[in-house]
Amino acid sequence: MNSDVIVVGAGVAGMETAGRLAEAGLKVILLEKNEVTGGHVTNWYHLFPDRRPGSEVLQYLESLKVNGNLDLLKGINLEDARKDKNGFILRSSDGDIFYSKAVVVATGFDLFKSERKEEYGYGIYDNVITSADLERKFREGDLRTTGGKLPERIGMVHCVGSRDEKSGNLYCSKLCCVTAVKQAIEIKEHLPESRVFCFYMDIRMAGAMYEELYMEAQEKYGISFIRGKVSEAGESIDNSLIIKVEDTLAGRPLKMELDMLVLMAGMEISRGSQSIGSMLGLETGENRFFRVRDYHIGSNLSNIDGVFYAGSCTAPMNITDTISHARAAVTEVIGYLKQ
Amino acid sequence: MQMADFGFTLSKGRQIDYEANDKRIAEYIYSREPSFRLCIECGGCTATCTTGNFTEFSLRELHILMKRGENAKVRQNIRKCMLCGKCTLVCPRGVNTRNIVFLAKEAFQMFDNHAV
Amino acid sequence: MKQEGKKKIWADYQKEIADDHFFYVRSCIRQSFFPGSEQFFLHMMRNILGKDVFENPSHTTCTGIGYHSDIVPSQTIMTVVARHFALMKEAGYKNIAISCVTSFGIYTEILETWKHIPEELEKTREYLFKATGREFDIPENMAHTSDIIYKFRDEIAARAKNRLVNKKTGEPLKIVEHIGCHYAKMFPKSGVGGAEFPRVLSGMAETWGGQVIDYPERRHCCGFGFRQYLVQANRGYSVSNTAKKFASMQPYEPDVVITNCPGCNMFMDRWQYTIKEMEGTTYGINGESIPVLTYEELAGLVLGYNPWDLGLQYHMVQSEPLLDKLGIEYDSSDKFKTGDGRQMPVPKNLINA
Repeated sequence: MNSDVIVVGAGVAGMETAGRLAEAGLKVILLEKNEVTGGHVTNWYHLFPDRRPGSEVLQYLESLKVNGNLDLLKGINLEDARKDKNGFILRSSDGDIFYSKAVVVATGFDLFKSERKEEYGYGIYDNVITSADLERKFREGDLRTTGGKLPERIGMVHCVGSRDEKSGNLYCSKLCCVTAVKQAIEIKEHLPESRVFCFYMDIRMAGAMYEELYMEAQEKYGISFIRGKVSEAGESIDNSLIIKVEDTLAGRPLKMELDMLVLMAGMEISRGSQSIGSMLGLETGENRFFRVRDYHIGSNLSNIDGVFYAGSCTAPMNITDTISHARAAVTEVIGYLKQ
Repeated sequence: MQMADFGFTLSKGRQIDYEANDKRIAEYIYSREPSFRLCIECGGCTATCTTGNFTEFSLRELHILMKRGENAKVRQNIRKCMLCGKCTLVCPRGVNTRNIVFLAKEAFQMFDNHAV
Repeated sequence: MKQEGKKKIWADYQKEIADDHFFYVRSCIRQSFFPGSEQFFLHMMRNILGKDVFENPSHTTCTGIGYHSDIVPSQTIMTVVARHFALMKEAGYKNIAISCVTSFGIYTEILETWKHIPEELEKTREYLFKATGREFDIPENMAHTSDIIYKFRDEIAARAKNRLVNKKTGEPLKIVEHIGCHYAKMFPKSGVGGAEFPRVLSGMAETWGGQVIDYPERRHCCGFGFRQYLVQANRGYSVSNTAKKFASMQPYEPDVVITNCPGCNMFMDRWQYTIKEMEGTTYGINGESIPVLTYEELAGLVLGYNPWDLGLQYHMVQSEPLLDKLGIEYDSSDKFKTGDGRQMPVPKNLINA
């Protein structure tokens, strides 16, 4: 198949980039490895900061797909990708070959696999779940523990797999703090009698309306914020969880029993990104995300002319910034193709 | 039964036992001064505090001890506050810290029968 | 609790454990307090499994206790350890079997230091040569003796006379496993199963029919801490850590505690007596105390050896409740007799006796 641009990855960044490029009159092939588009947003319940349903963003993205210039192919597993003097050749495992003048890599992130944080017992202790698991529970409308009861005491652990030398990720994943606050509020709305505790190293509320959300969580919902890194979770004889944390602001260790523990899993560059990165020879930074050519004025550019980046394969990003980044990629691609 | 003395004693644990502690003082204050919930323990109040300059009084510390139900230190220290109001002036979150001191004293009187 | 989750972690922490031809280095504390353990290890390895385990009587303490008490400086302990490696080299052995967990921690720490700071290795070669005229090689394989018994746990299970099952109820015995901190907490990759969910003792216990208990303070240190405990006035806070562990495991009603570290074994065994005398508290059911065994002693019971030949009578907490559950026959009047049948004085303050 021939095209002007191939966009790899049909998550938020990929769909926005592909849709806008198609609107601009370019012939676009959008490749997605799963049978479903939308990336991680398909799992989210409501989005911060204003708690609107994630499905509304998905609907918007779906509307972009409807364009004669855009060919969406799902279930595509890329086996090879290379650049030659004419442009780019990508080949799938089914033997399909795709040609283009430019490629946009929008292969996004994977969530940190919380089993790696062994001390929290994810996958071992009942009722230790991740933030992604909790979003699914909200969508399914079932917050019960494995014992079949509604939890009364819920803990949220910030920075799981982020800012953590032991996990191999020194960077901050940017969104987990505001996600924790959002999810804490959502838990209290579903279970008004419950007590929710957020265990943090720092509270990073860097986006628009994030700090206000934090204040609402404290003032309106009575959510407790305890500054201290949870060192371990264990199970007690009645199957509840016991955590050890230092209440650093009180200067003493704290012991608490919880019915459910939610791990705010960080973001890592996705397997799909690593795969296409090695095929095309894309450079990565120390944090293993793709290295952009210029932090300030070239954050969509890669080390290879004609290969552009859109979205969280370059750094942890929320949906707002992902959409902006994708639109910027469109401008870069159009400029590149004019040459 | 005669207990042995081997030359040492067993230490008490110093973990805050969240479940076991009496948090009524904090709850009394929350219900009458909702801004108490906004405190983020930044320490701005303590930095400017008149009393804290010359005594062990740290308003930030007393806030957090009340929230955890560790009332002993609060009971001994809350009376030292001079009620000058500089803490309320400084607070970035708009917590009415002066009222918290008044309410804490009321709560101790009510639950502890103990004028502080 | 989901076992599959643990299995994934164990798969990440597989360790190379040598098969045969071990140079054995003993433990100071285990020889004194649990004399049957090392003796049984050697008997089992040599006579039951047919392995070659070599000892050089001129090997010394590794000085780990002194090092951890700020008495022995790091250069000294490196040279002492290097001397053991030199003895190994002279006898033609490449695999070292270490009896003590503190030693294991010391050896691991030293090898890591030499790997990252080669100048230290060179200096140690110099010191050892000047002091003794010996030269050494770094061992190819370093295993703790609990790793070795873990490796051969199936061979032991195949020869088991007493599986770890309560003969009266038919239920698996409830076993608390306690791993010495220096086994894996410092270098998780040097322990079977890693630091959070260690496998070395739970693997043995489960293979031999028991059920392992996870309790909230399972990972907590027993409190040995060397310089803390060695000074009597400090001992309270050291002992308090063991008390904390026992209070945490008590609701689960464990039948036995097994450890792989000499200090931990001593602490868990001895302080049950101390705490009982100081406060009147006991942690077993009906005022009993919980027997604390080394893994070699447990292997010995599984293989059907006489408990008094294994030296169980020298523990503070006597093992009769455990022996009854296992259905092992014993004669308590034989406990304090010599090998040729003479009666020795009987200690007065035995617990569980």
